[in-house]
Amino acid sequence: MIPEIGHFALILALAVALVQGSLPILGAARGKQAWMATAAPTAVLQLVLVLTAFLALMHAYATSDFTVANVVLNSNSAMPMLYKISATWGNHEGSMLMWVLILAAFGAAVALFGANLPAPLRARVLSVQAWIAIGFLAFSLFTSNPFERVFPPPLDGNDLNPLLQDPGLAFHPPMLYMGYVGFSIAFSFAIAALIEGRVDAAWARWVRPWTLAAWCFLTAGIALGSWWAYYELGWGGWWFWDPVENVSFMPWLMGTALLHSAIVVEKRDALKSWTVLLAILTFSLSLIGTFIVRSGLLTSVHAFATDPERGLFILALLFVTIGGSLILYAVRAPALKPGGLFAPVSREGGLIINNLLLTVACATVFLGTMYPLIAETFGYKATVGAPFYTATFVPIMTPLIVLMPLGPFLSWKRADLAGVVGRLKFALLASVAAAALTLYLQRGPVIPVLAMGLAAWLFAGAVIEWTGRVKLFRTSPAESLRRALGLPRSAHGMTLAHAGMAVAIAGMVASSTWKVEEILIMRPGDTTTVAGYDYRLEKVERLQGPNYLSDTATITVTRDGKPVATQRPEKRSYFVQNMPTTEAAIHTTFLADLYTAIGDPDGKGGQTVRIFYEPLVPWIWIGCLMMMLGGAVSLSDRRLRVGAPKRKSGAVPAAARA
Amino acid sequence: MIARRLIYLAPVLVFAVVAGYFLWGLGPDRNPRELPSVMIDKPAPEFTADPLAGMSVPGLSTADLRTGQVSLVNVFASWCIPCRAEHPLLMNLAQRGEVAIFGLNYKNKPAEALAWLEELGNPYGRIGTDESGRIGIDWGVSGVPETFVVDGAGRIRYRHWGPIDRDAMESIILPLIEELRG
Repeated sequence: MIPEIGHFALILALAVALVQGSLPILGAARGKQAWMATAAPTAVLQLVLVLTAFLALMHAYATSDFTVANVVLNSNSAMPMLYKISATWGNHEGSMLMWVLILAAFGAAVALFGANLPAPLRARVLSVQAWIAIGFLAFSLFTSNPFERVFPPPLDGNDLNPLLQDPGLAFHPPMLYMGYVGFSIAFSFAIAALIEGRVDAAWARWVRPWTLAAWCFLTAGIALGSWWAYYELGWGGWWFWDPVENVSFMPWLMGTALLHSAIVVEKRDALKSWTVLLAILTFSLSLIGTFIVRSGLLTSVHAFATDPERGLFILALLFVTIGGSLILYAVRAPALKPGGLFAPVSREGGLIINNLLLTVACATVFLGTMYPLIAETFGYKATVGAPFYTATFVPIMTPLIVLMPLGPFLSWKRADLAGVVGRLKFALLASVAAAALTLYLQRGPVIPVLAMGLAAWLFAGAVIEWTGRVKLFRTSPAESLRRALGLPRSAHGMTLAHAGMAVAIAGMVASSTWKVEEILIMRPGDTTTVAGYDYRLEKVERLQGPNYLSDTATITVTRDGKPVATQRPEKRSYFVQNMPTTEAAIHTTFLADLYTAIGDPDGKGGQTVRIFYEPLVPWIWIGCLMMMLGGAVSLSDRRLRVGAPKRKSGAVPAAARA
Repeated sequence: MIARRLIYLAPVLVFAVVAGYFLWGLGPDRNPRELPSVMIDKPAPEFTADPLAGMSVPGLSTADLRTGQVSLVNVFASWCIPCRAEHPLLMNLAQRGEVAIFGLNYKNKPAEALAWLEELGNPYGRIGTDESGRIGIDWGVSGVPETFVVDGAGRIRYRHWGPIDRDAMESIILPLIEELRG
């Protein structure tokens, strides 16, 4: 009964989306208030309906209702409740439903918080939002119905993919989807602006918080996914340049560019058609990100839901959404009036370089991801791996990081480069000091040592900009505090995010360069030394989990005879899918992770043990957290909360508000 | 003015190219997991592999593939989890006795391979050991498991990458063996 209610709610949601996609936008074109006014209630109603469907599916999972095919395929009565719940979205159909739910939630949020938007703009945005919903509700209902029943019902389910039975992964998809789908708002605003033929500061002021929110979620989603790969796959790596990872990284790069270019639109009324294009591209890449791995187009080490038969439907949706919006852009964007002028050396100029480098970086990732497909058309099979990205992506990001600390010092319109460089002399000093320290501690190699210096440059630059604003040490502490409190939240946010980027880079460089790994066969009682820590395998025992058997090793770690940690890495074997998973044990000192994982027994009483010493790895997650927090702090800025000011007729004198 | 228009047209043109790739990529004949082999329709490389110590089956060499009989050469190792997955299918095929199944034990300690076969059963009529992986290089092996169908004249006719599943067995391998036995 409940699954049918869910199914019915989903069908109704499609009907509501059809209304929301047509009436308001027609009303906006003809100036009919009543038609435009349907936008908000239909958006809210759509959320209620999709939420009903989602909760119905979740109920089926929570109660292990094995009359529902989707539950049979992805759940099992022995699973812990957390994974029964997270299994709702741990499969193709359920994750589609979650995608549509988040889309509806963002639409409803615009409807509820957008009361001060001009009525035609709000009507158009919500209609465009509904078009996206129509496409994906139809996809869900016609090709991926999660509520299909089976008769006769089997006694038990097939279990969730054991790799997905993990707390980190339970929350990775929702975060990632909130990021992907959040960019739909920027997209809808861009399409609405193209239809209206107008982009102004008020528009940018509306787009920025939504983009920022989406960006924060996406950062969290990517970090969680990377963290999961780090401890679950058992190889101590945190990024593999796998297609699935790349497709989530591309919208992040474009979204970062969009965040920055929207500032220029808001403050200076320039870069308008570029920003609109970025908004379209960011969401397009999000769509590609959600769907490319499901279509069976590319292979990946962790594509969990590939199905070539759905591929054509997905592709048709991508063609209509991306192709349609880009055609609209080609037709309408030339009509957007170019705005304020500026000199090459200015904050606008700096942000353009930021955008160019991020876009090119994104293009290289795109090329690398698509390369297998391109190579195949020329008749050979090939994939590109980390060496390709090290040779292309890293050199493009390097100038970006060199220039990043300069940006916030530049003034609008025209800036004094020599003066800015002068203010960064302490950052240069910090950079040299960091490189020298790294050289002293690690004795090379050269490029990573320089990269650590670069990270210090970025960190110090961000901090110096902030201390300069609050006049730290140059005035009384009380005055500094007063200035800090008076600073807009977005200034604190920027400092935090830029510094976080520096911390993350240091972690990435150090862990990929100075990682120590040891793979060996150990018997209980054996000891080995890795990077100054002594590891002793105490015992390996067989334990029983709720739906798996586990070989759990106990390894004690000591340094100079003093106990450091007791690690319990596991190798699990899940009953139903007969699949082994690795649960690594990680002890962090915040300067490094001591990481152990066990492999197969050698049959003679020995056990394969992998021991990694991962320097600065925790900094990657700390850095991501700082970036996210930076975004969140910036989002709480009063200027963004108040929302868009009333639109004036004609061009808006942006300088007056900057 | 026209040049300006063209700039705005560029994104959709680029997308059209990408979309073309996508469309082509979804073609029903294309399997992104399939790896082509340069060895197809070429004679199997010359090699002589020692038997697996402790196992009562002979070793494997090129001459054993030219007996006029169709044979299946399966590259396996005890450390390879997917090998375990395809093993029952090989056992099943061996029991039917329609085709000679030979094993190439790849980069594996003989004792471990022996224990593995004792645990799961031995489907192989001959087993060659390739502890160093040297023979695997000549065959162009890129991973384990891999399976080659060799015709009676000792030519490689098909290469299967990864574990054989029921579908691949029934829709590709068995029909091919049938055809080669003609």
